[in-house]
Amino acid sequence: MRDGEAVLTVTRLRKEFGSLVAVDDISFQVQPGRSLAIVGESGSGKTTIARMIVGLERPTRGTIAACGQDRSRPARSARDRRRRGGEVQIVFQDPYTSLDPRQTAEQAIDEVLRLHHGWPAGRRRTRTAELTGLVGLDARQARALPRALSGGQRQRVAIARALAAEPRILILDESVAALDVSIQAQVLNLLADIRDETAVSYVLISHDLAVVRQLTDEAIVMHRGRMVERGPTGQILDDPQHPYTRRLRESVPRPGWKPTRRGFTAATAKDDEPL
Amino acid sequence: MSDAALLDVAGLTVALPVEGEQREVLRDVSLQIRPGEAVGLVGESGSGKSMTARAIDRLLPRGATVRGRIAFRGADVAALSGSQLRGYRNKVAMIFQDPRAHVNPVRRIGDFMTEALRTNLGVSAADARTRAADMLASVGIEDGERRLRQYPHEMSGGMLQRVMIAAALLTEPALLLADEPTTALDVTTQAEVMAILAELREQYGLSMLFITHDLELAAAICDRTVVMYAGQIVEVRASELLHGDPLHPYTAALAAARPDIGQQSSRLRAISGRPLSAFEAPPGECAFAPRCPHAQPQCVAAVPELTELDGGLSRCARVAELRGQLETTNA
Repeated sequence: MRDGEAVLTVTRLRKEFGSLVAVDDISFQVQPGRSLAIVGESGSGKTTIARMIVGLERPTRGTIAACGQDRSRPARSARDRRRRGGEVQIVFQDPYTSLDPRQTAEQAIDEVLRLHHGWPAGRRRTRTAELTGLVGLDARQARALPRALSGGQRQRVAIARALAAEPRILILDESVAALDVSIQAQVLNLLADIRDETAVSYVLISHDLAVVRQLTDEAIVMHRGRMVERGPTGQILDDPQHPYTRRLRESVPRPGWKPTRRGFTAATAKDDEPL
Repeated sequence: MSDAALLDVAGLTVALPVEGEQREVLRDVSLQIRPGEAVGLVGESGSGKSMTARAIDRLLPRGATVRGRIAFRGADVAALSGSQLRGYRNKVAMIFQDPRAHVNPVRRIGDFMTEALRTNLGVSAADARTRAADMLASVGIEDGERRLRQYPHEMSGGMLQRVMIAAALLTEPALLLADEPTTALDVTTQAEVMAILAELREQYGLSMLFITHDLELAAAICDRTVVMYAGQIVEVRASELLHGDPLHPYTAALAAARPDIGQQSSRLRAISGRPLSAFEAPPGECAFAPRCPHAQPQCVAAVPELTELDGGLSRCARVAELRGQLETTNA
């Protein structure tokens, strides 16, 4: 990959589930070390995009290229799959379900280092200690099973395990949404440090506009499978152009906020999607 | 104040059986809710905010030990049983974060909504259905008759939460205990549900205890906000002052830890460590002291009292000297 080339290129991506169009003609690029937010509510298609990028869903149409390599079609070999894992990793919202309950943090990280880099045990041990240190786990926590850890600690394990593959792109799928406010701030600071130190690019899938502002440079706003707005994150939040983005922005509680009720019609009462 | 209080909780201490021992989850919680008042209850995991609401509605798990007194319109709630307790729960109704976990999936919405009216209040089935359909209309669900024949799985989360609110209001409660009712909803749906609650509160003169982890949401919709940490109340403050002028270092730290939607900051003011439950907190000292940037020797010498200052209450040994010095915005 050459300098200045996008680390992730998504072109005219479409996903249908039966008659439902979950993702409709979505294109974007992420530059090395930059971060993109995909903002939207339930049913917007944001998580489906993330699942297609990591290979958990196959696009109906369109292409996805990470580090110049196409990944729109399933991997053909274990080697191909490992290469893809070295390009893109994902951290989910709920570390309960994404960590193996029988593996300690150290074992989970060691396994990734062995599979992805094939390093000898000594080098793996050193790197495991570096990674657990980077995410702020102490020695006892690094040797604990997930059930003995708090939600914030488990999310650190998931982040350390994802980083072990040395991905160019880390997808954060609502990764801080379930954390307590005081812990969320710790993890957001950690993610900012990691980006500064490793030049990894983040794709943040989130409904939380304050978190989006804190962590990303650019944002796209999704509504019912379509991109309704894109641009620098600050500009989108300070001066939203699309009516849906404006509505999203105005729905965030703040001092003096008065929640307003839309004029209800039978059509809007059928589902919770605005507009 | 307690004379005029609709609900008066005094010295509530609750312990739950865990692995063969009683572990404290609430310590000496006292709060009053006046008629028509909306009180926010804010805290992180283990703070005891949900347990407080459950204790008020007599919904604690089996084996719970309860000390202190809960009085509703002057009557001791602990003494209620049978039909009295059902009647109390009609007057003090509760709505939850996850409506699907609190509704029987194989019963129709209409049967669920009208049950309390028919069985507790002796309303005829036809009359109860009419009232249920009318109440659905007032929470923004038209076509009520058809909705009453539907099952929960035929509705979205936001729709079902509106149904739960309507069901809770059918028995004409005086107090609504709302336990994170919008946390699982999209932000635009949250705004919708909050607007509905605000309208209905005004219309029925309803009091509300609104439990949330979201300081900004509580501040925006409640008259007063109570902040809990490790099973104790650490601050009570008029909501409009809570965010910009808090009394307790924990409240200030919570406000400062949240990212700001208006600007990116180079670093957030994270609070070190993690939130504790009451039974994990070090005994005989301020529960927040281990994480508090302002902690001094006097903070670990004794549990601070809840003291009054500038119209609020704060459980901080240094409350007076820290006045005006607490940072509430991120770095």
